Amino acid sequence: MTLLSTHNLRAYYGDFQALFDVDFAIDAGETVAIIGANGAGKTTFLRAVVGALDCEQEMVQFDGLPIGRLAAHDVVRLGIAMVPEGRKLFPSLSVEENLRIGGDYSRRGPWTLERVYKLFPILAERRDTPSTALSGGQQQMVAIGRALMSNPRLLLCDELSLGLAPVIIGEIYARLATISAEGTTLVIVEQDTNRALAAADRFYCFQKGRVSLTGAAGGKQTIDRATITAAYFGL
Amino acid sequence: MSTPAQPLDPNATHAALAQDRFRVERSTHSSRVFALVLTLGMAVLAAAPWWGDPGTMQLITEMAYYLALAQLWNLLAGYAGLVSVGQQAFVGLGGYTLFAVTDWYGVHPLGGIVLAGLAAGIASVPIAMVVFRLRGAYFAVGTWVVAESLLLVFAQITRLGGGSGTSLTPQIVQSIAADRGVREMIVYWVALALVILVTGAVYILLRSRHGLALTAIRDSELASHSLGVDTYRTKLLVFVVTAVGTGLIGAFIFLQKLRISPEAAFSVNDWTVVVIFMVVIGGIGTLEGPIVGMLVYFALRELLADYGTWYLILLGVVAVLVMLKAREGLWGLIARRFNLQLFPVRRNLTRINPPR
Amino acid sequence: MNWYSILVQGTLLGGLYALFAIGLSLTFGIMRLVNIAHGDLITLSAFVALMAVDMLELHPLVSLAIVIPVMFGLGYLLQRGVLNFTLGGSILPPLLVTFGLSVIIQNVLLEGFGADMRRLNAGPIEIESVTLPGGVTVGLMPIIVFAIALVSLGGLQYLLYRTRLGRAFRAASDDPASAELMGINKNHLYALAMGLALIFTALAGVLFAMRTSVDPASGPIRLIFAFEAIIIGGLGSLWGTLIGGIVLGIAQSIGAAFSVQWQILAGHVAFLVILLVKPDGLFPRIKD
Repeated sequence: MTLLSTHNLRAYYGDFQALFDVDFAIDAGETVAIIGANGAGKTTFLRAVVGALDCEQEMVQFDGLPIGRLAAHDVVRLGIAMVPEGRKLFPSLSVEENLRIGGDYSRRGPWTLERVYKLFPILAERRDTPSTALSGGQQQMVAIGRALMSNPRLLLCDELSLGLAPVIIGEIYARLATISAEGTTLVIVEQDTNRALAAADRFYCFQKGRVSLTGAAGGKQTIDRATITAAYFGL
Repeated sequence: MSTPAQPLDPNATHAALAQDRFRVERSTHSSRVFALVLTLGMAVLAAAPWWGDPGTMQLITEMAYYLALAQLWNLLAGYAGLVSVGQQAFVGLGGYTLFAVTDWYGVHPLGGIVLAGLAAGIASVPIAMVVFRLRGAYFAVGTWVVAESLLLVFAQITRLGGGSGTSLTPQIVQSIAADRGVREMIVYWVALALVILVTGAVYILLRSRHGLALTAIRDSELASHSLGVDTYRTKLLVFVVTAVGTGLIGAFIFLQKLRISPEAAFSVNDWTVVVIFMVVIGGIGTLEGPIVGMLVYFALRELLADYGTWYLILLGVVAVLVMLKAREGLWGLIARRFNLQLFPVRRNLTRINPPR
Repeated sequence: MNWYSILVQGTLLGGLYALFAIGLSLTFGIMRLVNIAHGDLITLSAFVALMAVDMLELHPLVSLAIVIPVMFGLGYLLQRGVLNFTLGGSILPPLLVTFGLSVIIQNVLLEGFGADMRRLNAGPIEIESVTLPGGVTVGLMPIIVFAIALVSLGGLQYLLYRTRLGRAFRAASDDPASAELMGINKNHLYALAMGLALIFTALAGVLFAMRTSVDPASGPIRLIFAFEAIIIGGLGSLWGTLIGGIVLGIAQSIGAAFSVQWQILAGHVAFLVILLVKPDGLFPRIKD
């Protein structure tokens, strides 16, 4: 069953068109990777889906409902959460307050503070510290936990690995697998192609605001590396 | 890894550039027509003593000094981004300087106006050192505190009449000209001369190197700073120039009123509120806007003269609507509709040879 | 000159100034909005109380039960209907729109009530006084006002740091775009913030009109006092605002001890001196 789909999605920053007719679909329970070079439109795509960027109502469908024109704060309540690029924690809030605010104004559901602490035990130890005092990896965990607190059916992760050490990245991706195993649908945006393809069932490659390639990923990957590289760079 | 760059042939690019020839133009067709109309208009206004009654001359005088104040505030807020609510400080300083130097030292009133401008300019430097520590809206209220402080200080100076104020002595008034009619003519021409002087100075400043720096600061202070524009010095220059102009006008206002008091000299309503409304309604950040705003203000005031302060309420409502719905003001709407620019301060690039 | 008495009177006066300042500080802290009409909204609150007292024959303190909800509603509508559209870009629109509102409120009050000075009559409580240890006698009203200021600041502290709404206010203050992604409706939240600010404004207006007389033109100087208290205390610092108010109150009391005409000027001078030597105020929090 398709959970989220976009149809001829176009998005603009002022006069600058950033997305051109993007068709995208993800089934409930699936994990899909979006790969592409810097400026390919990956983050723009996520911003358009969560309502942070304007587009036409019919261009984005969630669970059969057109949501293109909905405001960001309404989209969260439907069950789409985003872990933004650069984490964007609230510096004047403590770790626990950052987690709580994720759930304060959104959907009820199975995710609670306790469950987030069980997923990331280190955060429980540091619950009262200011979020700015954490390491990059711990901050990323808070950002993921904060998104989970809204009990999303669809979780969008933007550049989770940015600026983190490989061992930390591995740990975070292991947690994503847990989250996915519990039934949450995942979209993973990454510049690190290998990491993303390994974690996903399918992938979309973006190039200059368009989908340049799509196919199976993970164990079922059939498209060879050279073809993906070509789509990535637009060769 | 990065996307392979397009091959660049330097010769081909140069050849293309050589074929395209451009000229930097500053005047526009409408500005040249306007310059002619303006000259004729000023000649008609200058001849008012021969065609107008004293009431008309009085109104034109008031319009002239309000226009000058509006141009100065527009330079300060619209170009340098220094939104001051305390320009009455310099109106009052100018007025009081005139009264002090004419009464205490027997300076001729017209010379007193010049000294008043200088005094306001000198006073503006230490004032800037304090208020420049505040940003944005806090700068606005900070300048207001300075003006309120000056009001309270001048109310303590008994030699200038303290809280109740003082009048120019008949001898000082008669030193302008013994005959009343001649005196009114001189005062009227001084008003016209001041508004031309102030508008001309603002115009020249905006066309200068500093004008370009100012526009850059207005658009992005951070970016222009990184491009080497000394934002602090440019802003200070504008603040001081504006203070000099406002002091000149202040001295003139109280010369023709013949009486000064702290409440009148440092009135936020008379010398700043009204002026801000003119600029905002007419169009902030253009030289034409204050003219349009000044005309709208006087039209509303004369039309609603019998309805108390309703014209102020209406002006407030119009100013709020302009800020919400049409930030470029009435002039901006007109200029966009008809593609007009009367005071050419922009640089326009014109292609000399036809495009290929 | 009795310095002890001056310090006590000044401190109590500072409580009133802190009440003037809380609303202004709150809207700046949450949405970087400096409301030039703040002082006029204090005056407006006083006039709403005057009307309530006249029509319903209430005690001024009881009239708060009407004034507070009225001002909260007005604040919500003002923010949602007008001020939200001025935020997010250049500083000119919010500044000039609130400036326009200030002039509108002043002149509407002038047309509606005339230029007379008016006062809320609080009855016998006005003349009661207390003798503090050390032999200084102070009025009961100033002590009540100071206590209300303390309770207001404490309540606001609780709201901001212990409740869901406070969390949302602080998050929106940090990063409004990310707050939207948390399901926070920024327009609604900002309107609540202005409503909350005007609750404190209502308190300040009623207490102020019980202490001294008000007229339609008395707003701007209240804005200036509030502003001075905030800058002296340090932008965005809650308790700094109280200290700022007290410093201002003491400076004014010292000035007044020399001559009534020096009272307000002494406050301005104290403010300008602190701005010169400590431009970020005594307890800075927000850099802007």
